[in-house]
Amino acid sequence: MILQYHAGNFDVIVIGAGHAGCEAALASARMGVSTLLLTINLDMIAFMPCNPSIGGPAKGIVVREIDALGGEMGKNIDKTYIQMRMLNVGKGPAVRALRAQADKSLYQQEMKKTLELQENLTIEQGIVEKILVESGKVKGVQTETGAIFHTKKVIIATGTYLKSKIIIGSVSYESGPNHQKTSVKLSDALEQLGIRLVRFKTGTPPRVDGRTIDYSQAEIQPGDKNPQFFSFTYSAEQVEQIPCWLTYTNEKTHCLIHENLDRSPMYSGVIKGTGPRYCPSIEDKIVRFSDKSRHQIFLEPEGRNTNEVYIQGLSTSMPEDVQRKMVHSIPGLENVKFMRAGYAIEYNCIDPTQLWPSLEFKNILGLYCCGQMNGTSGYEEAAGQGLIAGINAARAVLNKEPLILDRSEAYIGVLIDDLVTKGTNEPYRLLTSRAEYRLLLRHDNADLRLTEKGYAVGLIDQSRYQQFLQKKEAINQEKEKLKSITVRPTKEINAWLSSIGAAQIKDGIKAYQFLKRTEITFDILAEKGYADKQLPIDIKDQIELQIKYEGYIEKALQQVERMKKMDEKKIPKWLDYDQIHGIANEAKQKLKQIQPLNVGQASRISGVNPADISILLVYIEQGKNNGLRNKGYE
Amino acid sequence: MFTFDTIVAIATPIGEGAIGMIRLSGEKAIHISNRLFLEKDLTQVKSHTLHYGHLVRPDNGKIIDEIMIAVMHAPKTFTREDVVEIHCHGGIRVIQSVLNLILEQDGVRLAEPGEFTKRAFLNGRIDLSQAEAVIDLIRSKTDAASEVALNQLEGKLSEKVRALRQKILDILAHIEVNIDYPEYDDVHEMTTQEILPRVQEIEKNIHEILSHAKTGKIMREGLKVAIVGRPNVGKSSLLNAFVRESKAIVTEIAGTTRDIIEEYINIQGIPVHLIDTAGIRQTEDIVEKIGVERSQQAIEQADLILFLLNISEPLTVLDEQILPFIQDKTTLVVLNKNDLPQKISQKEIQEKIGSFPYVYISAQKQIGMEDLEKQMVKLILQDDIGKRNDVYLSNARHIQLLNLALNHIQEIYSGIQADMPIDLIQIDLTEAWSHLGEIIGENASDDLINQLFSQFCLGK
Repeated sequence: MILQYHAGNFDVIVIGAGHAGCEAALASARMGVSTLLLTINLDMIAFMPCNPSIGGPAKGIVVREIDALGGEMGKNIDKTYIQMRMLNVGKGPAVRALRAQADKSLYQQEMKKTLELQENLTIEQGIVEKILVESGKVKGVQTETGAIFHTKKVIIATGTYLKSKIIIGSVSYESGPNHQKTSVKLSDALEQLGIRLVRFKTGTPPRVDGRTIDYSQAEIQPGDKNPQFFSFTYSAEQVEQIPCWLTYTNEKTHCLIHENLDRSPMYSGVIKGTGPRYCPSIEDKIVRFSDKSRHQIFLEPEGRNTNEVYIQGLSTSMPEDVQRKMVHSIPGLENVKFMRAGYAIEYNCIDPTQLWPSLEFKNILGLYCCGQMNGTSGYEEAAGQGLIAGINAARAVLNKEPLILDRSEAYIGVLIDDLVTKGTNEPYRLLTSRAEYRLLLRHDNADLRLTEKGYAVGLIDQSRYQQFLQKKEAINQEKEKLKSITVRPTKEINAWLSSIGAAQIKDGIKAYQFLKRTEITFDILAEKGYADKQLPIDIKDQIELQIKYEGYIEKALQQVERMKKMDEKKIPKWLDYDQIHGIANEAKQKLKQIQPLNVGQASRISGVNPADISILLVYIEQGKNNGLRNKGYE
Repeated sequence: MFTFDTIVAIATPIGEGAIGMIRLSGEKAIHISNRLFLEKDLTQVKSHTLHYGHLVRPDNGKIIDEIMIAVMHAPKTFTREDVVEIHCHGGIRVIQSVLNLILEQDGVRLAEPGEFTKRAFLNGRIDLSQAEAVIDLIRSKTDAASEVALNQLEGKLSEKVRALRQKILDILAHIEVNIDYPEYDDVHEMTTQEILPRVQEIEKNIHEILSHAKTGKIMREGLKVAIVGRPNVGKSSLLNAFVRESKAIVTEIAGTTRDIIEEYINIQGIPVHLIDTAGIRQTEDIVEKIGVERSQQAIEQADLILFLLNISEPLTVLDEQILPFIQDKTTLVVLNKNDLPQKISQKEIQEKIGSFPYVYISAQKQIGMEDLEKQMVKLILQDDIGKRNDVYLSNARHIQLLNLALNHIQEIYSGIQADMPIDLIQIDLTEAWSHLGEIIGENASDDLINQLFSQFCLGK
């Protein structure tokens, strides 16, 4: 029996110091709330157990949103990147996305430093075994070594550490990611609190020694010459960038896998957890897409001070001997030194429909959950949730309403709404196609969308807020100006238009309308004297984009209006779904489980159809009139 | 108070009636009616006033009908919203064309069953005892057993729409893969020029479906059923038995029906356009001759023929003279007047008329009508009538959704012309896809993601 002792009082305790935990702890502490961050291993803060990379489509936009709200991920990667690349530059503005390759170890060090320097924040090593709950309300946590910390709010951000198991071929053992200690007792303790757990699976590829790669057989993937950065405020330095490399699997690799498929835990039934479709293992790809003769393999360096290279595309749980052969079958990797084996990892996480959109558990007051523990995947998804959980726990301490972002405001809003409304039956990854208003949720306007909110919750300081207001004002002023300036059909203009093969203008046209023409850019307008040359580039881009795509943006805004009308119809607490006749049984079960806050959310639950929503509306209105209740319905 | 969009529906029962009433409710009700009303500015008239005038098509000024129109401002109305009631001439054709004209306007949609009542309730107009009734109305939309037969016909529409959606989904998935996996080299970069022909094909398909709707089948005009037979076999009696109202003149004098009489009825949920033809016989009477010619035309256009025989009299040459006209048609032989002593044997029918399915009735006494309706439905569903008509668009809502999808397809063209990037073009494609989904009640957003991962080998 371990002696238990009182170890301290905090307002908020965060369990886990991964990407979610770090954001949660920083947000809470920065909002002036005394915060404790507990982690199994202080050397593993903000560790990247998989890709040494941050950002990409949808995810990169999340990082910008985190930054606009006053989070840390954007700044941290800007400090530690080894490559920056803007993706989808040939496409429209809504889908452009920044992606960085990180110096993995530097990323950790920087984050740890930031945490250590943060006021109101204590970081400590310790394994939480139990969450103390009294009459449905969080009271504290208890660690393996007997320490009891008392608190008002607890945020679970334990990632893939709960009852996790690493599987490599026929070898399997209890372990957290990268052979860290797993947390067994907390998983049981959560179940005892009535929390439903599910078992998911994910995996990671082998790493090899970069010095032994024959790069002449691979295709170089360099960073951008003029890199952009994630943070709207931190001025990142330009550093020498390190390229990634592209190579391919081949028939030999595929043969090896086929021959050894019986030894694959994926196919022999050893792995029971549900894996993500968007991040399949190489054996899965080869079985499911047997007609493909090759798959892409990206070689990603893990940092400046290491030779380790991550083999993206080769995530696997095949036996180690097969892994070595697989790696050696790939052009450029024939003679590489193998450094770490790939593995599959199974872990417990929660069914996220047990949470309110604030990320607080419905059944336990003061207990929050975020990150991979909510069934997601990806550092960015985790960090976004961590930030929201941290903000909401701190706001609850301060007796304030939670911050809930809706689907038209942020990818983070889409992510959390999906999780708590629909749940997920595989590790959830954000995709741009999950956002119905993605034209509004661009990477370039994340600050315009969210700085206000970051300021309101207290994570954006006065000076940054003023900067933001100035930027907004400058955009509006210039837009108004363009509406008043006329481009006249002068000889010069028409001659110039002809020279670039564009149609001439017959009448005067407002500069604003002129900019909508395909061949006209803001810079051209400025050059011809119709617009302000001096404006900073981000403002110029913003104006151009807002004007050029105005029609589509307007359309999206109209759709948002419709959604908001439904979201504004709150579902009152007295509503008892069992008393509503007419709603289909399946829908009733779902509604009782999810407990949507408003009619909009209810309509997004799968299995709830429009007829059910109509009936729901009728009952809500009835109750408001106090009708049914008087007639003995309640 | 709730704010709702503007809805419209026919308020009087479908079928005959001297006057038909169409009701609009919602913010834009008055504005929309005003656009279509020739004489006055309805936005300026007093609330609860009635106006005489004409309903016109705004694009070409063509008069649709002579009407009385009532304008009522919120909140003293049935729904507590702005309400406009248009009183037009009765008869399904007129009412439908008025309704269709309104539906062509922006900002108005067809009301769901019971929606006026629902709004009245939600806006606090109806008292509580009606709540249950409202819910039943909403529910009945999905449960109505009477719609089963119609649904079977609609199955064809669903099939077409599903195929269309799949075509769109293929393009969407391709575009999404390009966006979410920009480095994935297995699928080439989709360009707007590439999707152009595929979108054109989709547009063509939608037009095809709509054109079937426009040539007018079910609901708009009904399935065409012609009642044929020599004079005085009881054709008008049968028609009357169907509509249960003496509109056609029924006499014992042969040749009373000199023109075609048409009625719209509903048989087990299938709208039927019933045509009572003049008796076909050689005649010198000019008026009657014209009638006979029209009858022949009616037979040609009919989807189903009810070949009526008077079983209380022996078969005549006149009966047999009809045979050549109906040879290639789907025909049900109706043996009428079976309440009287029978003078025709089954064997005789087999030999002289042919092996058509048959049914016994007495139109006058309304005996065997149920059996007759069952047989008709069976033939409609089993036979190739369904195939011939290809796709049935049963209601204005479907037509409207197809038109909405079409609008978005057209926006795609203007987007491509304006050189918009593909991910913006894709917005309209997605909208078209989801409107089509509404027709068949499918709108799972997960479809796209599932397609993505089943079609492409993605991931790290």
